[in-house]
Amino acid sequence: MLSALHNWVRRVPVWSVYLVLAIPAVYFFYLALTGALSIEPIKALEHKLGEFGLQLLIFGLFITPLRRYLGLNLLRFRRAIGVMTYYYITLHLLVWLILDVQVPSAILQDIVKRPYITIGMLAFVGMTPLAFTSNSYAVRKLGQSWRKLHRLVYVIAVLGAVHFIMLVKGLQFEPIIYLGVILTLLALRLKS
Amino acid sequence: MAYRWRPDLTQADVTPQRDFLNRRNLTKGMVGLGLVGIGTALVSTPLAAAQSNEPNKWEEITGYNNYYEFGTDKSDPAKNAHQLTTSPWSVTIDGLVDRPARYDLEDILVKMTIEERIYRLRCVEGWSMVVPWNGFELADLLNMAGVQSAAKYVAFETMLRPDEMPGVSYPVLDWPYVEGLRLDEAMHPLTIMANGIYGKDIPNQNGAPLRLVVPWKYGFKSIKSVIRITLTDREPPTSWNKANPREYGFYSNVNPQVDHPRWSQASERPIGGGLFAQRMPTQRFNGYEREVGSLYDGLDLSKYF
Repeated sequence: MLSALHNWVRRVPVWSVYLVLAIPAVYFFYLALTGALSIEPIKALEHKLGEFGLQLLIFGLFITPLRRYLGLNLLRFRRAIGVMTYYYITLHLLVWLILDVQVPSAILQDIVKRPYITIGMLAFVGMTPLAFTSNSYAVRKLGQSWRKLHRLVYVIAVLGAVHFIMLVKGLQFEPIIYLGVILTLLALRLKS
Repeated sequence: MAYRWRPDLTQADVTPQRDFLNRRNLTKGMVGLGLVGIGTALVSTPLAAAQSNEPNKWEEITGYNNYYEFGTDKSDPAKNAHQLTTSPWSVTIDGLVDRPARYDLEDILVKMTIEERIYRLRCVEGWSMVVPWNGFELADLLNMAGVQSAAKYVAFETMLRPDEMPGVSYPVLDWPYVEGLRLDEAMHPLTIMANGIYGKDIPNQNGAPLRLVVPWKYGFKSIKSVIRITLTDREPPTSWNKANPREYGFYSNVNPQVDHPRWSQASERPIGGGLFAQRMPTQRFNGYEREVGSLYDGLDLSKYF
């Protein structure tokens, strides 16, 4: 079963993963423009992009445990997943900046004054060096320190989930589940 | 004694719905052609609509709701609220009143004068609508029960029916939903109990069959599907204040100068402007300062938020 899956996975070209993962963003924009996403499409689009980014980030974190515990090797796609996470979080940030808050002075104030936005911005800033070192040249150049740098992804994931928990009103389960999954993955990684 | 308050705008000021739709199609069409850059020039039309108090469309008012008993997504109430049985319905009025009783809604409605009130609605989350409510003044209902002189506050409670409300199986809030007003706020002619929108029965997701509307306060104060009204001599507990007292005060008057700890309240996004909707400045007391400002003379609004 697993070998059949591996055979199939091997035939999937990496570029197609980039392409497939780029499609939801285009689709979300289309829905938002036509009014099908929500009656208030700005927040809806912002949340969709952010949530999809968080899901991709978690998917990326799953790759090592999948290989270790189930023997499923998806390592070839990890870079694509990581880069596309950055793509979604960048879009999420842009929608917030341009469509949601709109006023530049209010943007700066929000980043400084609102802890959940501060945390979200920290996560984005933290992701930036990871995205820009997601190429073979950087991996070669940085050697051992590349691995250390990219462990930052766990901190970023926790920040992302906390950002989500802090922005909802009242006690809601969905963001707490994300944090739970991330902490479990982190624990698995620390154990070994 | 109805008709104590007259709106400064009437249906005569309302842009025909046909034109309103056409303008939006124009916006959409332009965007579809890739002329996104012109967006800023075009979005001024829905904004102008909001600023002129043009009521939102029925689909907007009834499709974008916060009613956590039916789920936390804005579209959940429209999907789930049909499960709520709203007939028969009665409202218990008790506490410091001369005639405490369980009043049948039908009996209440016979005695009340229903009028239309086009009010702005400002959500604490930073969006707003204009809603043409049908309802009667809360003061008339309270007078029917006979308010005693010792009463200083009014407490309200929403129906709690776990079988019909899928959202209450999650502890998002401490159910049932409760709200409260100071007696003078409750007796103010702007404060109404609504049972209709656009002349139709109020849909379940908007708080059927009877809900409070207090237009100068954030929307969550306007409690839905009311089953109990209690007159008391002390400030009653309110759901969002219990959940997070730092973020939600008892008063919760709309105030652009007092920020929510997690976001600014200086501006709001009118619903209906689409993906390129512009924000507009939020007004003190949601634009009803002339009518209600004097209720709060001498009160520090940043302390009693």
